Amino acid sequence: MAQLVLDRLKERFTAGEILETGSQHGNEWARVRREDWKAVCQFLRDDEATQMNMFIDLTCVDRFGREPRFDVVLHVYSTDKKHRVRLYGGASEEDPTIDSISSVWVGANWFEREAYDLYGIRFQGHPDLRRILMYPEFVGHPLRKDYPKEKRQPLVRRDPGRVD
Amino acid sequence: MATDNTRTVTAPAAPTTRRVVMGIREAADLEELELPSETMPLNMGPSHPAMHGTVRMVLEVEGEKITSADVQVGYLHRCFEKESEFATYTQIFPYTDRLNYVSPMLNNVGYAMAVEKLLGIEHKVPERAQFIRVIAGEMSRITDHLTCLGAGAMELGAFTPFLYAIKFREWLWELLEELSGARLTHSFVRIGGVAGDLTEGFCDKLRDVLRRGREVMSDVDKLLTRNRIFRDRMDGIGLITKEDCCAYGITGPMARASGLAYDIRKDHPYLVYDRFDFDVPIGSVGDNFDRFAVRLEEMQQSLRILEQAMEKIPAGPVMLDDPRVALPPKSETYNSIEAMISHFKLIMDGIRVPAGEVYSFTEGGNGELGFYIVSDGTGRPWKCRVRPPSFANTAILGKILPGLFIADVVPTFGMVNMIGGECDR
Repeated sequence: MAQLVLDRLKERFTAGEILETGSQHGNEWARVRREDWKAVCQFLRDDEATQMNMFIDLTCVDRFGREPRFDVVLHVYSTDKKHRVRLYGGASEEDPTIDSISSVWVGANWFEREAYDLYGIRFQGHPDLRRILMYPEFVGHPLRKDYPKEKRQPLVRRDPGRVD
Repeated sequence: MATDNTRTVTAPAAPTTRRVVMGIREAADLEELELPSETMPLNMGPSHPAMHGTVRMVLEVEGEKITSADVQVGYLHRCFEKESEFATYTQIFPYTDRLNYVSPMLNNVGYAMAVEKLLGIEHKVPERAQFIRVIAGEMSRITDHLTCLGAGAMELGAFTPFLYAIKFREWLWELLEELSGARLTHSFVRIGGVAGDLTEGFCDKLRDVLRRGREVMSDVDKLLTRNRIFRDRMDGIGLITKEDCCAYGITGPMARASGLAYDIRKDHPYLVYDRFDFDVPIGSVGDNFDRFAVRLEEMQQSLRILEQAMEKIPAGPVMLDDPRVALPPKSETYNSIEAMISHFKLIMDGIRVPAGEVYSFTEGGNGELGFYIVSDGTGRPWKCRVRPPSFANTAILGKILPGLFIADVVPTFGMVNMIGGECDR
């Protein structure tokens, strides 16, 4: 259904920019080179044929053991054409940065803050990159696969005399 | 004479005597002395009596007027994703109950459909189970909207409509309790079907509840829709444009109130929604009152769906007969070693879901409820992400609150209907 979107992307961008496309379970997806992340988003929103005007979701997947380790996952939708597409943008462990797209779809603002909070992805050009679900004193990024599930960081210290 | 009906309003004449303020300065001198114009930070929440849900708003106010708002969510974060990565696919159902805790059935259904897509069995789910999912889901949608409208009215001082709405909600919850055994956290849906068939006489009881519910909704409508005080606080407050809805990813009743005709049940029908005749109400202004009116009308449409579903529901099984997802019957489990092993494997290892990724979306109580699941082929998801409609809907508060008065925060926040459990996960 959204094959049209993938065709448009392949027309407009080279194979070095759109690395891979595919379709699974009715979801069309494209893997985008990190440097072109924002340009591809801008194109999808403004192009007459795609008109991806609605922001749906942005999150991250930790593909522990693979390089690049993180995939920033974006879902967008077109309210006129009624098609949607998923984009992956890779970010490595040493340098987990990618361009912020909150200037393309302003709704990405909070979702990028969440991805930063839980995965430690730094979105360059984000207007206000703070933690959103965890508290500011929290150390680490809890949804990373190497963050132990049992690890606790209570804000209230049980033993007032103890110094950690 | 024609002039009898017209009334000319003239501005009151300026006082002729010179006013003396505080006995020292004259009013004319005071105009040069301006009051200090620096703004004041005002903290609303995280626990505030006029707001349901735990959210903190740091407002910058100039007198009564808000100049900037920083909305801080996250107070109800319970690590849904992290816990899900360590739970089997079946064990995640109780977690989904606690996302949007006023419409748990809709979350159950949305999650089950995502896993079924990964398994490739979404079209094989028995029809009766799909109808039961629609019935339970629409009942949940009504409870969701009733809570939003009732609580929204209560926060503006209208306590009676709140009690009426909660009364109707309780009738529905009693029926859902009869169906699932739990009043609020149902966990009723299973991968491949539902946990049980409709109980004896369920449809008759539901018809009776709907009949009484219509009266309640008519009462709520009469008490609020033309209520001068209510309208004064709702009309024209918190305007959101259609374009903003798209850019912010706002869906559901909030988007429809702004004129964006996006309802997943109509645009991308799932389950058996394409067999029912119902309308999608659309607002024209995009203010708080439109959000109220759209929800009120949507409940009427849900009632229509429920009535049609009860008429059309076919007989048959309610669970897919597939040993990969369905537990063997208890009589088998206790009497044969094969069924015993199968039961054990399904419980301990979980349902094996082939490797792959899926984004499945349904119409939740507040908008597009999406589940993005990454499976690595084991019995536990590599990632189980929920796309919370409330999160996107709440994000726009930072834009629409500036320019409003402090008192406007209450109805605006009420009609956004942020559900903490879903927003913070």
